[in-house]
Amino acid sequence: METTGGAVTARGLGKRYGRSWALRGFDLHVPVGSVCGLLGPNGAGKTTAVRVLTTLLRADEGTASVAGHDVAAHGDRVRRSIGLVGQNAAVDEVLSGRQNLEMFGRLHHLGSRRAAARADELLERFRLADTGRKPVGAYSGGMRRRLDLAASMILAPPVLFLDEPTTGLDPRSRDEVWGAVRELVAGGTTVLLTTQYLEEADRLADRISVVSSGRVVAEGTPGELKSRLGGDRLDLVVRDPAALAGAAGIVRRVVGAEPDTDVENRRVGVGVEDRVAALTEVVRALEEQRIGVEDVVLRRPTLDEVFLHLTEAEEETTR
Amino acid sequence: MNATAAPSAPSAAGPAHGEAGGFAARVRWAVADGWTITRRDVLHWLRRPGQLVAGLLFPVMMLLMFGFLFGGAMTVPGGGDYREFLMPGMFAMTMVFGVGETVTAVSHDMARGVTDRFRSMPMAPSAVVVGRCAADMLRSAITLAILLGCGLLAGWQWNGTGGEAAAAVGLLLLLRFSLVWLGIYVGLAVRGEGAVTAVHTLEFPLGFLSNAFAATATMPLWLGTVADWNPLSSTVTATRELFGNPGWGGETWIAQNALLMAVVWPLAIVAVFFPLCVRRYRDMAG
Repeated sequence: METTGGAVTARGLGKRYGRSWALRGFDLHVPVGSVCGLLGPNGAGKTTAVRVLTTLLRADEGTASVAGHDVAAHGDRVRRSIGLVGQNAAVDEVLSGRQNLEMFGRLHHLGSRRAAARADELLERFRLADTGRKPVGAYSGGMRRRLDLAASMILAPPVLFLDEPTTGLDPRSRDEVWGAVRELVAGGTTVLLTTQYLEEADRLADRISVVSSGRVVAEGTPGELKSRLGGDRLDLVVRDPAALAGAAGIVRRVVGAEPDTDVENRRVGVGVEDRVAALTEVVRALEEQRIGVEDVVLRRPTLDEVFLHLTEAEEETTR
Repeated sequence: MNATAAPSAPSAAGPAHGEAGGFAARVRWAVADGWTITRRDVLHWLRRPGQLVAGLLFPVMMLLMFGFLFGGAMTVPGGGDYREFLMPGMFAMTMVFGVGETVTAVSHDMARGVTDRFRSMPMAPSAVVVGRCAADMLRSAITLAILLGCGLLAGWQWNGTGGEAAAAVGLLLLLRFSLVWLGIYVGLAVRGEGAVTAVHTLEFPLGFLSNAFAATATMPLWLGTVADWNPLSSTVTATRELFGNPGWGGETWIAQNALLMAVVWPLAIVAVFFPLCVRRYRDMAG
């Protein structure tokens, strides 16, 4: 397979609906064998990007290739190299799980006998063998998702697209889906997944591309994105709510930056550069002023904080 | 679950997917893929026979209602047998009324993302719409066979030759065939459950604004003209002629050329909507 250095490459993709652009200047590079998380809020353009890359939608601008094939010129070759798990569990609810997989196997031209054998293998692998003969309508959400994943793996495609694979699932079903995705990755599949959940991107993706207003506004490993928010954070919780202002004053003086205060949780937080010095200085000053402290932690920022920071910055620049 | 991809996973680059295959191979795959889609519907019937039976009972109920409930109140032009007059209209109207099921099936697949899954797969692009059409035609043929049987039990008969009767059945299925393409297009083009309701509602004026039950000559001129030019009217008149059942007659050009128009109308509808369906499925704008 002639690859141009990436399993998925997009340059300057644009897609317009009427006068508004769902995608504009969308660039992406996903190396072979990696897991890329497209992270962004609803309406950021994640699903539109996936629809263009899976040949479901034609872009108005730019170029993209998947598994080395141009999506506009060689859609048929792209379709031979991908699996797609969309936002809905796109399986037939009247048929059984086995009948679904057999049907998709036949459509992949396996022939009826091989399609049946492959269906059994996949049911076994995704722990659906016991319920393989029940109608899918009777499946739980997690089981449907696993069947959906199985259906996209009939031919073990080199590139798998997952569009919000765990939206609407309970935590147990979500863990099941995450487990199944990790196994696919261990088998060498390149995965592009979209998600609104930072935790999901953090847990599954090697690299994260933050999408906002139709383009990628930041890209890196989860660790890189976190350190981009100015290093670690110091959080402290005071015992007496009345002491909150005093504690905030100390933090402001020692660190030289305006802290965030959270009255409800009696918490003061601030980004710090010199971790240990800031911690010892603050604790000593609090002791001197006899401000009782319940908890002090130094921590890395959560992806939620990174994400809010990046998308807020994006909104300001586009204004 | 195993920790690795199943070693027996068939390769995507296998010969089964050789894109090189010539025209004959492509046609063979298109037929195979279309059959797989049709087969899906057949499996639905086997898994949910109750739904199939309920779908078949509706036209039978209509037939009994019109044949026995309202029958006494209607007089037949020329004093012919009422049920002989009625049946061709019932058959043709049933061909119209089944379109809602096509729209429902197509829009349900659209809403559930099943259509997108098919479109992201390396299957023949014609297969989904052709397979859908074949499944609906299969069901229509079964429905029509049952209605013909019920009609015979209710005292209807054809008075022409067997060949003429077969031609009448062919015209009825041709009308349905054309409306299936219209239904597929509506299902692909219109989003949401509203489309289904709209089509079910439109079936009634399309079914009744015709010469199936009333002579168009008794309607106000403009309404009668619309009813005359309703494709359903041409099929009804043509099947009455072919079955040798009593009809309204009529002096207008469209009534005089019913046989011709019962062929031309459906072909025109197919000529418009078949290419629209294929294009809509492929590009799925929006």
